[in-house]
Amino acid sequence: MARYVFIESRDPFESNDAQFVPETATALKQCGHEVTVFLVQNGALAARRNARHSHLPQLAAAGIKLLADDFSLRERGIATGELSDGIQTSTIEALVDLLVQENTKAIWH
Amino acid sequence: MSERRLTLAIMDAPYESANSTTAFRIIAAALKKGIHVNVFAYEGAVSLAIKDQAPHANPVKGTSVEEEDHPVTKDFVISLLEMGRETPLLTWVNCGLCVDERGAGNAVDGVKRGGPGDFLKLALESTNTLVIPTK
Repeated sequence: MARYVFIESRDPFESNDAQFVPETATALKQCGHEVTVFLVQNGALAARRNARHSHLPQLAAAGIKLLADDFSLRERGIATGELSDGIQTSTIEALVDLLVQENTKAIWH
Repeated sequence: MSERRLTLAIMDAPYESANSTTAFRIIAAALKKGIHVNVFAYEGAVSLAIKDQAPHANPVKGTSVEEEDHPVTKDFVISLLEMGRETPLLTWVNCGLCVDERGAGNAVDGVKRGGPGDFLKLALESTNTLVIPTK
């Protein structure tokens, strides 16, 4: 089993390749790997509970760990209480900890 | 691999993308944790460290250079190199061909010149490598 960390920086409501992360992350999870999606920059815009057609609830239901960068949330005026179920507020320090774990592959999107 | 070491490849030019800010944050966080960091600056990212960058006033707001306190990316690079002077160590390599194309050779002290082969060496010696591409 490997660990995969997807760093999603793109606004899924703007980017036409937003399906890359949910499709790849879900497939890897189904193969038995440990998968985390870290939302940063405009990737955090999908984290609001009221966001329509966000792919994040489906990722949470698949058992994928969802983390949102606190700095990116603050910049965009998104409070912790607004986050969709299954998304945890996190930090850039926590991302670094994930990146230096053994047997971890990091994918920036 | 006893010592932890993280390599980042960055490509965005300064003042263009939030990717640069996030990369600086990752580098700073890793150094604060005692993790060695390698940076391979490619394409437009070689301009992040140009020594000639100067902050500017803001005529829209009527603020002076001092009042505006505009951050320039070379100052971030200088601060990071200071944080990573010894242990942990920050190694910053600018792609030489990218530098020559852009006339960006006047980099701040501590920035090295290299090529894609150096990126491979840096990645091979690292616990992990993160490539932050342009959008």
